[in-house]
Amino acid sequence: MTHPLVEVEGLAKTFDVSPPWLNRVAERKPRQFVHAVDDVAFTIGRGRTLALVGESGCGKSTVARLLVGLYAPTRGRVVFDGVDASGSARPAAIRRRMQMIFQDPYASLNPRWKVKDIVAEPLREHGFAAGEGGASQRRIAERVGELLVSVGLTDADADKFPHQFSGGQRQRISIARALATQPEFLVCDEPTSALDVSVQAQVLNIMKDLQVRHGLTYLFISHNLAVVRHVSDEVGVMYLGRIVELADKALLFSRPRHPYTRMLLDAIPDIHMSGRSRTPVQGEVPNPLNPPSGCSFNPRCPHANERCRIERPKLLAIDGVRVACHAVEERRV
Amino acid sequence: MPAPLLEVEHLRVEFPGRRGRLVALDDVSFSIEPGEVLGVVGESGAGKSLTGASIIGLLDPPGRIAGGEIRFEGARIDNLPYEQMRRLRGRRIGAIFQDPLTSLDPLYTVGQQLVETIQTHLGLNAAEARRRAVRLLQETGIPAAEARLDQYPHQFSGGMRQRVVIALALAGEPRLIVADEPTTALDVSIQAQIIALLKRLCREHGAAVMLVTHDMGVIAETCDRVAVMYAGRIVEIGPVAAVIHAPAHPYTAGLMGSIPAMDEDRPRLLQIDGAMPRLNAIPPGCAFHPRCQRAFEPCTHARPELMTAGATRAACWLHAPALQAAA
Repeated sequence: MTHPLVEVEGLAKTFDVSPPWLNRVAERKPRQFVHAVDDVAFTIGRGRTLALVGESGCGKSTVARLLVGLYAPTRGRVVFDGVDASGSARPAAIRRRMQMIFQDPYASLNPRWKVKDIVAEPLREHGFAAGEGGASQRRIAERVGELLVSVGLTDADADKFPHQFSGGQRQRISIARALATQPEFLVCDEPTSALDVSVQAQVLNIMKDLQVRHGLTYLFISHNLAVVRHVSDEVGVMYLGRIVELADKALLFSRPRHPYTRMLLDAIPDIHMSGRSRTPVQGEVPNPLNPPSGCSFNPRCPHANERCRIERPKLLAIDGVRVACHAVEERRV
Repeated sequence: MPAPLLEVEHLRVEFPGRRGRLVALDDVSFSIEPGEVLGVVGESGAGKSLTGASIIGLLDPPGRIAGGEIRFEGARIDNLPYEQMRRLRGRRIGAIFQDPLTSLDPLYTVGQQLVETIQTHLGLNAAEARRRAVRLLQETGIPAAEARLDQYPHQFSGGMRQRVVIALALAGEPRLIVADEPTTALDVSIQAQIIALLKRLCREHGAAVMLVTHDMGVIAETCDRVAVMYAGRIVEIGPVAAVIHAPAHPYTAGLMGSIPAMDEDRPRLLQIDGAMPRLNAIPPGCAFHPRCQRAFEPCTHARPELMTAGATRAACWLHAPALQAAA
């Protein structure tokens, strides 16, 4: 059996948010740490899409950055195609094979560069057209043109600046740049959150077409469950730095197990007004600096009991899904 | 029949510029009945926020109302002097904006801001105003309202801040609340709470709402009627159920199809090719015709007005009785 393209084991990232040394000494303040990501594990098979969903501050973007090596993990490792690729020590050959698309197409493109330079940068960086002179320049220009056409732009757009494009077109440029080195794995961090719905549909369609054409594997980060349902094969739901439920898309949406997943599904405004009764969940995400003991969802959970307040649930395989909940494990819900 | 609470007729908003005037809103007409919730939906740049800003008299210069009328409770408000508009705004017409952090002053406690608003508009003394402020915060579901009153906005979370903003909007007992993307900056679980709260409080206080948003889901849950805007004009207006289930305008239909649905599987989303035109390059005829798959001859040169189309009204030549044979 072949191994999955991406394997993540016990991944954790802790940020030091302590006050400065002088304040700690003078005001006797302790060191403080945020456990942005804690004990996250999943695998993504070739050509598949795993989506991570959760509310702001749940650590989904940190997972994305850990995967592409923008952060070094505190614990755990990322294995890409059988090779350890954790942190910045990863070999260049691995880096070429994974790329990232960011949320804000206004901030992720250099406003002083022409589109052709933006899209060509990864090509130059990874030595796509080695050597100097006209031949390699022409090869790069040709490749940039191909890439722009593949995302629905034209050759002529290469000589424009980012400000001449709308948000949706800029996100296409980001996608073209990400595809430049012919990666196998794309990490997409909220790629359509900044876009209008009709433009979002265009970008999602392009991403699906490219996946089929190039056999791409996606990690898709989003807070929008409807979008996740549309693009993904598998879904991981995150809450305060941990995966609370990891399941096949069909199972997760037809039979959500974790109370938080149910709450998220229930919170989506229903466009078709099917008369589903909605119970807005009380409370808010707790402060990650001071997370509750036991299961971090317990203060908002209608099924919480004494055990939930003391013991942190593990991600267990139950009925074909993986879920971290004592109530589900004990068959209370 | 009682008069509508708010009537907007042929509203036109222009931005003078070096290369001529940009027409941001063109011939926008609608009305809101007392207690009604009207949704205004559209993509960025469609003019939905400008419509709201025109009503509350907070159009940013150099933008100006260049034509049409806005009547509130039967009287014109679009040409009121600044001081009179200031007294109306907050008292009779409340406003809620997208970002709850920037609509609160970080240097004053939440209580000071509420008390100031209440005293300005209702003329109560300090003690009465404070009692009223506590009651408003309690109504918006803020726990320990009495203690929270003396805290600063930064001590509140995003959802709690938006509750404070709603309390502020309701402080003057307004008849109409203009809510511009009130839940866009919030997480989904908080968004659901705020929508439910806004709906309940406006019903209890008898206030009508003009809800500006880009989220069709929020519209479906909250509104009685909805107006769909495109390139500075209303392209369709009607009861929410009719607009969502049987959209008459091809743009509305495309917009509905491009939203990923929770209850059906489609390999691809319906997409409207192209993008909304810029204000300086609005095509002649129907502004949507270059992107419209059902466009026919009149669409390229004659601009359609809103006309009856089933249960809604749509600005589309497909619904003109005389032209239906040609389409």
